[in-house]
Amino acid sequence: MTDLVLTKKDFTSDQEVKWCPGCGDYSILSTVQSFLPEMGLPRENIVFISGIGCSSRFPYYMETFGIHSIHGRAPTLATGLAISRPDLTVFVITGDGDSLSIGGNHLIHALRRNVNLKILLFNNRIYGLTKGQYSPTSEQGKVTKSTPAGSLDTPFNPISLALGAEATFVARSIDSDRKHLTDTLRAASLHKGSALIEIYQNCPIFNDDAYQVVKDADSKGSAILQLVHGEPIKSQTHGVVFKNGGLEVVPLDSVPESDIVVHNANNVDPSYAFALSRLSGSELVHVPIGVFRDVERAEYGGLVNNQIADAIATQGAGDLSKLLATGDTWEVK
Amino acid sequence: MSKTVVSLHQVTIRFAGDSGDGMQLTGDRFTMDTASLGNDLSTLPNFPAEIRAPQGTLAGVSSFQLHFADHHVQTPGDAPDVLVAMNPAALKANIKDLPRGATIIVDSDEFTSRNLTKVGYETNPLEDGSLDSYKVHALGLTSMTVSALSDLTLSRKEAERSKNMFALGLLTWMYHRPTESTENFLNAKFAKKPEVLAANLLAFKTGWNYGETTEDFSVSYEIAPTKMAPGKYRNISGNTAMAYGLIAASKQSELKLFLGSYPITPASDILHELSKHKKFGVITFQAEDEIAAVGSALGAAYGGALGVTTTSGPGLALKAEMIGLAVMLELPLIIINVQRGGPSTGLPTKTEQADLLQAMFGRNGESPAVVIAPATPKDCFNIAMEAARIATVYRVPVFILSDGYIANGSEPWKIPEIAELPDLRVEFAKTQENFLPYDRDPKTLARPWAVPGTKGIEHRIGGVEKADKTGAISYDPTNHDFMVRTRAAKVAGVSVPDLEVDDPTGDAKVLLLGWGSTFGPIAAAVEALRENGEKVAQAHLRYINPFPKNLGDVLAKYDRVIVPEMNLGQLAMLLRSQFLKDITGFNQVRGLPFSTTEIIEATMAVLND
Ligand SMILES: Cc1ncc(C[n+]2csc(CCOP(=O)(O)OP(=O)(O)O)c2C)c(N)n1
Ligand code: SF4
Ligand SMILES: [Mg+2]
Repeated sequence: MTDLVLTKKDFTSDQEVKWCPGCGDYSILSTVQSFLPEMGLPRENIVFISGIGCSSRFPYYMETFGIHSIHGRAPTLATGLAISRPDLTVFVITGDGDSLSIGGNHLIHALRRNVNLKILLFNNRIYGLTKGQYSPTSEQGKVTKSTPAGSLDTPFNPISLALGAEATFVARSIDSDRKHLTDTLRAASLHKGSALIEIYQNCPIFNDDAYQVVKDADSKGSAILQLVHGEPIKSQTHGVVFKNGGLEVVPLDSVPESDIVVHNANNVDPSYAFALSRLSGSELVHVPIGVFRDVERAEYGGLVNNQIADAIATQGAGDLSKLLATGDTWEVK
Repeated sequence: MSKTVVSLHQVTIRFAGDSGDGMQLTGDRFTMDTASLGNDLSTLPNFPAEIRAPQGTLAGVSSFQLHFADHHVQTPGDAPDVLVAMNPAALKANIKDLPRGATIIVDSDEFTSRNLTKVGYETNPLEDGSLDSYKVHALGLTSMTVSALSDLTLSRKEAERSKNMFALGLLTWMYHRPTESTENFLNAKFAKKPEVLAANLLAFKTGWNYGETTEDFSVSYEIAPTKMAPGKYRNISGNTAMAYGLIAASKQSELKLFLGSYPITPASDILHELSKHKKFGVITFQAEDEIAAVGSALGAAYGGALGVTTTSGPGLALKAEMIGLAVMLELPLIIINVQRGGPSTGLPTKTEQADLLQAMFGRNGESPAVVIAPATPKDCFNIAMEAARIATVYRVPVFILSDGYIANGSEPWKIPEIAELPDLRVEFAKTQENFLPYDRDPKTLARPWAVPGTKGIEHRIGGVEKADKTGAISYDPTNHDFMVRTRAAKVAGVSVPDLEVDDPTGDAKVLLLGWGSTFGPIAAAVEALRENGEKVAQAHLRYINPFPKNLGDVLAKYDRVIVPEMNLGQLAMLLRSQFLKDITGFNQVRGLPFSTTEIIEATMAVLND
């Protein structure tokens, strides 16, 4: 594996990319293609599996193995593949509708099992491919084609959901922040087990500027709360403190520097990461960006394969003729 | 007193009791003892959907029927010669199936006024003369068991639990069954609970001695072993045979077996069985739902495993979209549907064959898949290997349509030699330049099985229509038409053996044509009809999509074709549409297999028509 010197180009397939001009998916694709050589893996050992949606076209553009599957079900195929082929590195590409609406069940179960999957959730807070209906992450009151009077549903916070599903690695990044996304991909790739990265992704056609606060030069400095393990959690103007048994965002000048919470992504107590995830509501005033949680727990495929190895070690490899003749048998002469 | 021994050719016994009475275990043990004596046999367990319906009620009655003989046995028997009824509910639920003159053994201790009222008996049938045309043995099974166990330190309740072993002991004596295997079984089962072991063994022996010594039973019966081909035998149920067939297919194909499944009656036992065999490298994955179950199996198949999913009707409905993806991806996939009564939740513990059209057509678009069906419990072993052959050679989804009847029913099985099993090894695509994922083998029309980890053949596939050869996304009208027809041609071209017709005189005018679990009752009916001098031909379809190539010729040869099915005419519909042949359907959906008599009558009606 040491003599592998691949470049971004090696991960770029010959397919013409067909997202709308200005779509955030382009920058995510480019960042992932640039990051993969760093993993030092042969291309043939990487598999991208997606569901359905604009974002789920992603695998076609990767010069790796890939499946563009059906709506919401990518984690199921990925789980079967990851368990039976522990030698592979399996990515799941999914949208907010794909993973949180139709495929919500599979997402939470993949996370709780801690299957070795790197799940990239492209959250544009809208259904792109079906032309602009509201999604499970759209803010309440969202006016779309299917909700002319405003949507009524309370949205999901994907980070909170993942934490509730016992996820061991949960992070958030932004399509246009190449460096941050690369760092987050690196952290995810080093994690053993399920890693979920929510990526804020702009859909200029159906939900433009959904993430303007974290992108505009004027606002992002104060809006983005940087989550860096071992560093105080703060933006340029605000910091996070413990208050009333939870976490709160306060102006930096209102508290001594030493009161600012120092981020511990390895905190095994999920309520800490959960409290962090609640700092941003659907209106996005202060938004934690980075790795919320990164803890160790046995990876599912490893457990499955250990049981098999143990059975073989203790009972010997299966003998078919013995198996067929188990129980009461008799001989006819 | 010396007792009379009578020789019989065949016997059908039904054990019936409350779900908590252990009737399935009792039936199982009697079956094993009978099998090891060399009698051919067939079994029919019948249990309620509720795990523990209220005690003593009709809804809670569980039964186990066993037919054994000195000759070849096709069915679990139409009507029991002997009914063992552990309570009034069991008597009431089963008496209508008993021919006059049959023997009834009841636990009279359970015939209390409270229990009688519970099931609507106004008077005690043991006393009111209503059972006069039967041979009734009313025994205090409970009290005799309790008093036999009085020296043990068990509570009365615990002691009562062994009354099924008393009944088993008695029947074991009555039919000259060996006692060793049940004793060995109990020793193994209760090795860690010496008190319970002692209670069961003692109850079993006391039951046996009761037959031997009391005057209540003056006759015992012998049934000589059946003539069978030489070899080593065991008894096997359909679900176990299916699980073994999958493991055998994994070994013969040198592919890792991956089962993705979500529990559902009556398919769960395949999951349970395979979960026990990790040392064969088998991965069993209990998924969050049926979609994930089939999705994981397909994902594993993509990675080069033998991907299997097991389910029953409602679960199959959920899997439809993923099976469509398998059709598009052209990957091997085995879908085992152990059918039960439908629609919706239907009759979870009862049998039916009404998912044939769901398997054939229950997906969007032109979505062809192979459909095959085992004929008997032991045939599940072969059908599983056949499914693996077809799926891996043609890279297609293959449905196996089993059903509750063969899944839970059992029969003796001549254990095959490993050397006799087919070679199922397959080839994966190798490293190559300009790899074309949808380039086809001209003979099978299969595309390459190109698994991740193979250098140089990285490629992307998906559910969107793809261009011939390259597999790239294509919305081209001509290409779509071509690909739809190609996928259809591939399934239509799957090689399956010709249909064999059993027509001894060669001039029968009526053909009985079945599929799946109706084989036993049809074969038994055909035997009986021929003994009566009737001319009938029999053929049985194990391959439904595609049909055997000679099926059209076979149908054309007969004036009348009768198709008995446990549905409202699904195979008949396929036959009519494909061969323009009129079919006489014989259809029942009562949650029970056909009785031999019913098929004889239906056939006679056609013969006399
Ligand atoms: C079973 C099924 N139902 C509905 C659809 C239609 N559909 C395709 S993509 C989509 C929503 C996609 O939204 P999202 O996952 O957010 O992806 P995006 O397009 O925004 O990237 C829907 C409803 C489908 N393809 N399959
Ligand atoms: S609709 Fe939106 S998400 Fe889809 S490709 Fe266009 S810009 Fe991107
Ligand atoms: Mg979306």
